[in-house]
Amino acid sequence: MTSTPHLLADEVTVGYGRQVVLDRVTVRIDRGETVGLRGPSGCGKSTLVRVLALLHQPDQGRVSIDGTAVSAVRYAVPVALRTRVAALFQSPRAAADPRLSLTDLIAEPLRATRTPEAAVRERVTELADLVGLTADLRSRRPHAVSDGQLQRACLARALVHRPDYLLCDEATAMLDASTQAHVAAVIRDYQLAQQAGVLVISHDQTLLERWSDRIVDLAGTAPART
Amino acid sequence: MTTTESVPAPASARAATSRPLLAVDGLGVEFRLRDARVRAVTDLHLTVRAGELLAVVGESGCGKSVLAHALLGLLPGNATTTGHAVLHESDGEPVDLITCGQRQLARRVRGRLVGLVPQSPATALNPVRTGRRLLAETLRAHGRDRADADQLAVDVGLDPADLDRYPHELSGGMAQRLVTALALAPDPALLIADEPTTGLDRPLVDHTLDLLRRRCDNGAAVVLITHDLAAARRVADTVAVMYASRVVEHRDTDELFTAPTHPYASALLDALPDRAFRPVPGDPPMLTALPPGCAFAPRCPHRTDTCAHPPEPTPVAGGGTVACHHPIRTGANP
Repeated sequence: MTSTPHLLADEVTVGYGRQVVLDRVTVRIDRGETVGLRGPSGCGKSTLVRVLALLHQPDQGRVSIDGTAVSAVRYAVPVALRTRVAALFQSPRAAADPRLSLTDLIAEPLRATRTPEAAVRERVTELADLVGLTADLRSRRPHAVSDGQLQRACLARALVHRPDYLLCDEATAMLDASTQAHVAAVIRDYQLAQQAGVLVISHDQTLLERWSDRIVDLAGTAPART
Repeated sequence: MTTTESVPAPASARAATSRPLLAVDGLGVEFRLRDARVRAVTDLHLTVRAGELLAVVGESGCGKSVLAHALLGLLPGNATTTGHAVLHESDGEPVDLITCGQRQLARRVRGRLVGLVPQSPATALNPVRTGRRLLAETLRAHGRDRADADQLAVDVGLDPADLDRYPHELSGGMAQRLVTALALAPDPALLIADEPTTGLDRPLVDHTLDLLRRRCDNGAAVVLITHDLAAARRVADTVAVMYASRVVEHRDTDELFTAPTHPYASALLDALPDRAFRPVPGDPPMLTALPPGCAFAPRCPHRTDTCAHPPEPTPVAGGGTVACHHPIRTGANP
């Protein structure tokens, strides 16, 4: 497999109980490209993101990062490997710890990997500026900011370790048009600068066509559930 | 050709019925917090006609949902409201939703005259009752047969078998469809739908929007509160764009989307992925610290010193209103 570095879900099968959600699904995201993923509700899009983000162990098949197969999930994956992939989810309210200020929310993954505090502060400022969070907003906790502002903080947090791959699961679905365009612009700039691979999941056909280099259909790979 | 009201409503082709069902006049809502006052709705004028689908759009936190709650008297105790919102029932006395009091609202208005599809269905459903029991209760209270529950479920795109589940057994999208069915059960003259398509995939979004459209075609009125501009364009007769507690532009849907006149409306449309896909520059203001003049001025490319004074809603050629000192004029206006 000598080719562009890529994130690969290889023949992945996942089920919850008896319900098979993903049946031998293969999806590949090259560095430097944006892949759009679409499919009906319940076809396993979010499960696929969880598998690719190393949050869920597939029943069969495997995930590999730049050709290195990963057999573990979550904290069992070495830090250097798991920080290569980051994910951004639909609901920032559900994703963000309500006790942390936005600054601490962005800084947490750096502190978890024992980054020196001065470097943490520098990186957090850099990212907060990138996503357009003012100093006033950074000091607030999630309940005191809007969904759009919180999602921008979650995006900064996702980028904090400079991941090679970013997975966006309906990350702009609950945002107004302006915030959606802003989040998408930040991600596209990052993707170009870092030559990152990006996976975008959305129900919005127009958005997928505008944002992604190619679109993958997940419908048909698994029996749809309504 | 001309309308006789103080604020002319957009002359919509689709909303042919001319009788105003709801007339909101100078509505204001302010919340008192420990150390601040939040103006969530300011001097708001709107009319909704029978058979009209009005979409209220704008960034999150601009006051859209507060407007919905104010019309149903559901605001918390620290809110003060001013102004009027008169609902003209076809056979009955007009009722002012702002001043009529909780008793009238509870007995006459909520559910019967004005229905609400609330924004977060998960918190709106009684967790210890199945969907079927919730629907049966509502149907019985409004003198309808509980057997209508299955048909209502089908109408909103929910499998009737799923009615026998408890709320925690429903997905977000199923719960959304259930609260829509509950709001439709009493067949209200005016339905306020606050983000009714959250959590639904594209076919179900379209299904729900078509359902709202059909209600209007049958003579009811719908206020659709949404951040989804594509949805508004698809089904609305008129669109009101809210910014920082005010309606800045209210026009016929096609006219707004082809030739927006308020700089904010124009910038918001430019953010769409099928247009420039460019965010509105700058950040929306905090509702605790609104500038005395036009709230959009700090982000506006057309601002002048005049913008320090609040702009009044003024008529636009072709119908509708815009609240701006320097509206965008387009030569190509048909």
